[in-house]
Amino acid sequence: MSDAELLTLSAILAAMVRAATPLVFAALGELVTERAGVLNLGIEGMMLIGAVAAFAVAHADGGILLSIAAGAAAGMAIAALFAVLALGLRANQVACGLALSLFGVGLSAFLGKGLIGTPIEALPALPLPGLSRIPVIGKALFDHDILVYLSVLAAPAIHLFLFRSRAGLILRAVGENHDAAHAIGYAVLRVRLLAVLFGGAMAGLGGAYLSLTYTPMWVENMAAGRGWIALALVVFATWRPARALLGAYLFGGVTILQLHAQNWGVGVPSQILAMLPYVATIVVLVAISRDESKIKLNAPACLGKVFHSGR
Amino acid sequence: MTSTPADLSASPTPRLALRGIVKQYPGCRANDGIDLVVMPGECHALLGENGAGKSTLVKIVAGVLQADEGEILWEGAPVRIGSPAAARTLGIGMVFQHFSLFDSMTVAENVALGVDWRGAMADLSRRVAEVSARYGLALDPARRVCDLSVGERQRVEIVRSLLQDPKLLIMDEPTSVLTPQEIESLFAVLRRLTAEGRSILYISHKLAEIRTLCERATVLRGGRVSGTCDPREETAASLARMMIGTDLAPPVRAAAPRVGEPRLVLDRLSLTSETPFSTALDAVSLTVSAGEIVGIAGVAGNGQAELLSALSGEALVAVPEAIRIDGVAAGHLGPRRRRALGMGFVPEERLGRGAVPEMSLADNVLLSAHRAAGMVRGGMIRFSRAKGFAERVIDAFHVAAAGPRAVARSLSGGNLQKFIVGREIMQNPRLLVVAQPTWGVDAGSAAAIHRDLIALADAGTAVLVVSQDLDELFAICDRIAVICQGRLSPSRPVRAATVEEIGLLMGGVFHLEETSHAS
Repeated sequence: MSDAELLTLSAILAAMVRAATPLVFAALGELVTERAGVLNLGIEGMMLIGAVAAFAVAHADGGILLSIAAGAAAGMAIAALFAVLALGLRANQVACGLALSLFGVGLSAFLGKGLIGTPIEALPALPLPGLSRIPVIGKALFDHDILVYLSVLAAPAIHLFLFRSRAGLILRAVGENHDAAHAIGYAVLRVRLLAVLFGGAMAGLGGAYLSLTYTPMWVENMAAGRGWIALALVVFATWRPARALLGAYLFGGVTILQLHAQNWGVGVPSQILAMLPYVATIVVLVAISRDESKIKLNAPACLGKVFHSGR
Repeated sequence: MTSTPADLSASPTPRLALRGIVKQYPGCRANDGIDLVVMPGECHALLGENGAGKSTLVKIVAGVLQADEGEILWEGAPVRIGSPAAARTLGIGMVFQHFSLFDSMTVAENVALGVDWRGAMADLSRRVAEVSARYGLALDPARRVCDLSVGERQRVEIVRSLLQDPKLLIMDEPTSVLTPQEIESLFAVLRRLTAEGRSILYISHKLAEIRTLCERATVLRGGRVSGTCDPREETAASLARMMIGTDLAPPVRAAAPRVGEPRLVLDRLSLTSETPFSTALDAVSLTVSAGEIVGIAGVAGNGQAELLSALSGEALVAVPEAIRIDGVAAGHLGPRRRRALGMGFVPEERLGRGAVPEMSLADNVLLSAHRAAGMVRGGMIRFSRAKGFAERVIDAFHVAAAGPRAVARSLSGGNLQKFIVGREIMQNPRLLVVAQPTWGVDAGSAAAIHRDLIALADAGTAVLVVSQDLDELFAICDRIAVICQGRLSPSRPVRAATVEEIGLLMGGVFHLEETSHAS
């Protein structure tokens, strides 16, 4: 391969990582929420609110860390709204989640009206010393901004939390059998509230990545269905963080590949190519999770069920 | 510390004393001024029918519920038990009736969730091993709960409680799901615990058990204490009278049933397992003839659910000849066509399967009996006929209900069960399959259901009863077979069988027999 081709390959790999990152955040957040037994379908809305909040702060020269924090906090705030309805008032989780998604689309568009068409500086890359010098993959994998690194580190961290820590054990117990957890004396609703807030913060970070780095500007409805993809990833990943990471990267990878395939003039209609990421992700993850017993053992048994205490 | 009477008199402070406990639910006063005293080292029975308020009372003691009125004294001092954790801190442990375990987690994780354990999992596993060795409760900490038998699950609960070193252990109907052998070993553990000076509050409605295990009993009826006694000095009949307020007539089975032609023939019925939590069926063969009652005993989770869904038609069988109803191959027929062949079916779950909880009794009649009494004509429902049918069931089977318009959910378990059994019997089935006919049903209704089933068989219907309650099967069946890990033992006449023998079969011993024959 010539140097130019190697450079292109490196750029493609780097683009794949960038395309995967918002999905990693959103899917891991939803995974923790669902492990606690709460189905929050509002990821799309939380991502958009996170994106517009992070962008607004960055636009006002708030600084990198403050912009990122604003994205997470905004996602968390809108998740708190969901928690009030679905946990506090015991409303139907599916309906609340759908409403949250629609609400997020509208609210973010309203809040972002004045921000359209004003680009900002993307988050600076932080090349990892040494690693980023490796030919081809160094530039592709180890020369990204802080959010990319954070998203990749989040997967093992969440795995350790869920499967090695006592707090994670309690969280899984609440998702598995909320009546038993209550009878033993755990505060089911408090655990669920924290899980929902964490999911909101993660979705907000995913949104922040979109508006701060992926396309450093605010565009209405810029999450473009990523929240729904993240939701599907959680199921296909059978509620395991490592698989969610894998699924997100797979989806990101095929998304970028099909874009380049369109550039290279492959003789297939672009609409068909645009479908590829969805098809590929579903096929691979179905193959991974084909074993029904694995789903049964990992799926939180109380997912989406309303908890009534005192009975 | 031992539990000799001298010790008891030396420590006259009760471990637990309840005074005037009241718990009000909407529309029902579950506990109405209950007094109860448990001494150290005592095994104290709490007796009562379903709905007498036993479970509510112990949930208050265990901190799961809060009393509206009344006082709790723990070792002489008044306390407020605000949460299960507070109860554990005092030294109150509880083994729940419906186990509070997490199926997809390991034994060690389940134990860790039930104790306030802050250390490493390895240390906890070691403590689990210690406690299980000390009390003879064999457990492997690394196994998942969903792979355990019901008896083993109970051991997890007991070990979990014992790790807290409780002074009072509450057992809520611990034997309802165990084999006779498992019950014996449980009693050995409980005796050992009282010998160590621990108190046990033992909830049951099985009178024989209480008479062998407990020194004192408090009997509840309708949310009030109807008596305290030493159960060893009472008879089962006198205890039953205290429990239900009237005498019980035991079911009487004719000495030699007139057995007619085969109505249900299972010929090497096999079913593959669909989910990791269920058991497959392996070449189950059985014949049930007109006029006889055949029982299938077994510990829950050994294939009963699969057998029942294969019989009802919810699960279809690949080989139609594997199930013959009245000589017709029916393995491939759905529930409706099996009913058309004359089969009646009473499922285990009353609410959700046997009846739609939110619908009226008249509507529930339509579910299985729509063909009877011309309730449907030209695709349209004739509600007057359905209502009339429901009224006849209510009258004939003494169902305590507001009428055919009463919503199924509003009936007590016993009354709804009488209604569902009655609905099937009123259709004059040629074959009736009944699952757990008296599970969670009070003694009065249970006796009535038993009498009805016997009368049905005497009238020439073939009856198959699947139950975990051995006393029930011995009381009403002519023949009995045991299901274990999806395989059915050959049936034997009840008169020639003993509880011990059936208990061994329930533990899977017939597998050993067969393999030794084969080799």
